[in-house]
Amino acid sequence: MSRSYSARLNRRRSTVKLLLYPVISIVLASMLPMILPIIADYPILPPFGFLVLLAWRLLRPGLWPIWAAGIFGAVDDVFSGQPFGNAIFSWSLAMIIMELIDSRYVWREFWQDWFLAAFFITGFIILSALINYLFKIPVSPFLLLPQITLSICLFPLILRSAAWIDSKRLAT
Amino acid sequence: MATPPNRRLGFNRKAQYRAFTGYVLAILGGFIGLFLLVISFIDPTGFAALRGAASEATAPVSGGLAGARAGASSGWDEVSAYFAAASKNADLERTIERQEAQIVEANALRQENIKLKRLLGLVEQEADTTITISRLINSTATSTSRIATIYAGSRQGVEAGQPVRSPKGLVGRVLTTTPNTAKILLLTDPRNRVPVKRTEDGIVGFTEGLGDGRIAIKLVEMGVNPFEPGDIMVTSGNGGLYRPNIPVAVVVESTADGAIANLLSSPAATDYVTVQPRFIPIDDPSDNSDDESDDSTGDGAAQTDPGR
Repeated sequence: MSRSYSARLNRRRSTVKLLLYPVISIVLASMLPMILPIIADYPILPPFGFLVLLAWRLLRPGLWPIWAAGIFGAVDDVFSGQPFGNAIFSWSLAMIIMELIDSRYVWREFWQDWFLAAFFITGFIILSALINYLFKIPVSPFLLLPQITLSICLFPLILRSAAWIDSKRLAT
Repeated sequence: MATPPNRRLGFNRKAQYRAFTGYVLAILGGFIGLFLLVISFIDPTGFAALRGAASEATAPVSGGLAGARAGASSGWDEVSAYFAAASKNADLERTIERQEAQIVEANALRQENIKLKRLLGLVEQEADTTITISRLINSTATSTSRIATIYAGSRQGVEAGQPVRSPKGLVGRVLTTTPNTAKILLLTDPRNRVPVKRTEDGIVGFTEGLGDGRIAIKLVEMGVNPFEPGDIMVTSGNGGLYRPNIPVAVVVESTADGAIANLLSSPAATDYVTVQPRFIPIDDPSDNSDDESDDSTGDGAAQTDPGR
């Protein structure tokens, strides 16, 4: 057997990489709206951080404890421009609901996962807008439609990307 | 997909307790989120330091990409300009003819204005002082709040409250600053209200962002709605902060209590912006303080005289 293969057989996985890949992907996704040089007239970019969090949650349930969503939410709040606490609250809520759904509907396929994701994405965007409404930023509800549509349509792609990162993560 | 092995708790007490603690901590996390929301409601700038650090960290990347954005969009403009070039040319020539006459008229009016102001003893405020010129580099594109970032901050002399404009018109005002970046509350944000007047007759009102790239113009005094599509609104200078006569918006639609207007300088189409000093109206107490300082220097001179 060649040496290059023997190094990869019976190897020990690096715990750092196993944990770090998903974390970095979520944090980078949360930062993305502040990195892209887009001056938007109305909310248009999907909440990337939440999409990636959902993707990891659907791909690898139990990768993190439920409360980790609050910490990722805190990171997202720093970048999103929403009132601080918005994502901490709504992401924790989403992950608790997801846990309850998981315990009831165990056998799912792609379409059901997508439907679930669509439900959570719509809920998150509307909840954020409602919280902003309390912070005296009233906008027409129709204004949220493009963002919701784009986010839902983009979700399978995000799920695919997370799966790709996952394969890299497990291969190291 | 079946439940993965790490989620089948079975009779394992330790695993059961861990799952339970996870739930409790997640619910606690939710409440912490709510608590932080309440804090942000009471003190909106409470987390400015954290956010400032975040915008400092992303600004170099975002600033570089903003340059690419400007290049790409101007390239597209150049390509699209070839279509309908002839008709556009004819249009422009007609416009120039019309405007040449108006320019002569405006020059005459300006001369007259200066003369009248001199008669009244009014001192012209320095009109176009610029603190810094910078690019809009990013914005809160996922949120319903309309806040953009510029790549210039307190190190360049930017301070909270200063108006930000582009050559075409007003863009917004500075909310918070960090050493190298500043957050701009755009005119389209519902929290931003700017006193404006109609150019033709000086009817005053104020703008309020609608959050969708347009603004609502509300009348200060209720009455017959005078607005018509095509009216141009400029800042009135009431209340300070914004210098008078900065172009703001053009009315597109008249509503029950005012009008809906498009911004003249849409932030989405704006590349470079200038930050200007806060405008202080002429009848401000600062004039009195100037007088006092003159007096004190006079006194000082008087006191130094005997010593000589």
